[in-house]
Amino acid sequence: MSLVAPFRDAGTARRLLAEIARTVTRPWRIMEVCGGQTHALVRSGIDRLLPTGIEMLHGPGCPVCVTPVETIDRALAIARRREVTFCSFGDMLRVPGTDGDLLGVKARGGDVRMVASPLDALDLAARLPDREVVFFAIGFETTAPATAIAARLTRSRGVRNLSFLVAHVLVPPALHAIVRSAGTRVDAFLAAGHVCSVTGWHRYRDLATRFGVPIVIAGFEPVDLLEAIRRAVVQLEAGRHEAENAYPRAVSEAGNALAQEAIAEVFEPCDREWRGIGTIPASGWRFTAAYRDIDAVTRFPASALPSARLTVCRSGEVLVGALKPDACPAFGRECTPRTPLGATMVSGEGACAAYWHAGRARP
Amino acid sequence: MSGTARHDADASPRIDVGGCPLPHHDREVVTLAHGGGGALTRDLIERVFLPALGNPVLLRREDAGIVEIASEVARGGRLAVSTDCHVVQPLVFPGGSIGELAVHGTVNDLVMVGAAPRFLTAGFVIEEGLPITTLSGLVARMGAAASAAGVAVVAGDTKVVERGRGDGLAIVTTGIGIVPGGIALGAAGVRAGDVVIVSGTLGDHGMAVMSVRESLGFEADIVSDSAPLHELVAALLAACPATRMLRDPTRGGLAATLNEIATAAGVGIEIDEAAVPVRPVVAAACEMLGLDPLTVANEGKVVAVVPAESAADALAALRAHPLGRAAVRLGRIVPDHAGVVALATRVGGRRIVPLPIGADLPRIC
Repeated sequence: MSLVAPFRDAGTARRLLAEIARTVTRPWRIMEVCGGQTHALVRSGIDRLLPTGIEMLHGPGCPVCVTPVETIDRALAIARRREVTFCSFGDMLRVPGTDGDLLGVKARGGDVRMVASPLDALDLAARLPDREVVFFAIGFETTAPATAIAARLTRSRGVRNLSFLVAHVLVPPALHAIVRSAGTRVDAFLAAGHVCSVTGWHRYRDLATRFGVPIVIAGFEPVDLLEAIRRAVVQLEAGRHEAENAYPRAVSEAGNALAQEAIAEVFEPCDREWRGIGTIPASGWRFTAAYRDIDAVTRFPASALPSARLTVCRSGEVLVGALKPDACPAFGRECTPRTPLGATMVSGEGACAAYWHAGRARP
Repeated sequence: MSGTARHDADASPRIDVGGCPLPHHDREVVTLAHGGGGALTRDLIERVFLPALGNPVLLRREDAGIVEIASEVARGGRLAVSTDCHVVQPLVFPGGSIGELAVHGTVNDLVMVGAAPRFLTAGFVIEEGLPITTLSGLVARMGAAASAAGVAVVAGDTKVVERGRGDGLAIVTTGIGIVPGGIALGAAGVRAGDVVIVSGTLGDHGMAVMSVRESLGFEADIVSDSAPLHELVAALLAACPATRMLRDPTRGGLAATLNEIATAAGVGIEIDEAAVPVRPVVAAACEMLGLDPLTVANEGKVVAVVPAESAADALAALRAHPLGRAAVRLGRIVPDHAGVVALATRVGGRRIVPLPIGADLPRIC
């Protein structure tokens, strides 16, 4: 705790807020990319302490939220199979597909397990040799290395009863899509610190130049976020657009070489659909040809079903910062964490859930 | 994401439960026949239950236990009755087991209305295949917890359910206590300006159990706070007779308890994030899993609403007891925003603490 205490210090936070207020002369719209950052902002109330004129937009960095209905439907279909033990991270269990969620499959007799890591699925496969174990591999550059390592171990140990339903996505193409979209004007990005700890932040320099917006690599504590906002505002007021690292205790220029190497061996980029955004070129990872036999889509090819579009839920607009959660007509009424219409109300990183848990539902 | 998974090698519970009143063969397990009401049932009662829970009332082995309360009633005492179902996985966790929980859960519910706990009844739903040594150990822990809490188990029942239909063991306990004349705790007494106190750190029980769950196990030195609160609350009520109301923040954690108080009393509550006591290791585990310590379960804490002028006395009394050393003032009762719990964040922001909806799911990264 002593390690993070300085980053939660009230005095430092007040000083940064005052400095931001002194610096800002015009309205700016700053998007925090990661859902963990959204939760930290809303939980600590920082977004409401900022000077008027600075508006925080909540970005697409919630992997559960951006996973398209088609992929969730495929997961549900696989999880319903008698021979399958289906493993998922906890917050995916309640995300609705066309016809229910994974917890519902479990309640009706499906063997659905919550795991904290793909390596747990690997262990489970060894302990349950008669079962087909499937791991639902979701997440950004942060979780992809663990999937890659589990896939390598699956291969090197000759494990035959484990496969992966891969839905990994990448941050930079999503930022590109948001910058290009007509509906949202983003003046600056706070990039997702933990993603950058894997990938390094060097490539964000290019992106800042190409997009013409400042990109500040940000952490997750109140002081981290305020410092990143301060740096973004300083750049904006000076008319600069550069990448800066405001999270140096976790993020290096080059990132984590071992993680990058594991990803490069196992995955190759592919076009991927994002819920609410549509298909983004080269925005996902899929197994390379050498690993395709442990792809759950290869192993259970008949599991694809037609998916229905959920029309009431506007999580697509929330995910690109075009709609604030509490501006959605369904927020806090038809849609609560108990009766979520979309993933953004379910996940621990979803913006709608962040607002709800901070009591921002209308009475 | 860090964390080391732990696994049991097969489905059968093999648990070290410490003390065991009578030796049994290691591989002996509970079977459906133990629930048949015949000789095997009697054997189980005599070998497992009576040695651990026995007392003069239970040992009479009538269809119902008969207890004396005439003198308390004559002094104006009233009966308090509470019932609680206990299920937990794993059955034994750091700092406790289902045996202690079955006692503490019900005893503490009695204590929260100002009752002195006196008697318990216990129903055991046992899953076929549970090793008898495991059952004995758990019942022994329950017996020790009952003695420590000053309650006698005066009636009981066992049923055995088929393998795969019982999750090892479930225990239902009903508690009977005596509320002394003159004590009237309840939401009706809560006033704006009152102070809200909690007796110690939050989230220890929930995170201790989660740390040893098969699917999430992580290495952490977290121990459940499961404990009987009768002495602590007696000390509080002696030092602060004007105490308005008490609640134990079990399932749903402090967030649920404060919302219940705000709703029941029709008042607002303001708490200070910096005052909320959470052990660093618990806070770290919560962060790793994306959980909020305010919504994590406790089994040995009390939230008290006391008049402002006696808050110092109440805190001193709590801190003088081993179970209340970390007691703190959390916040206060306010006249506005009735039914709503507001939290002042460390960095000067403000948010509302809503009633948790259900079990939180650990997040992805």
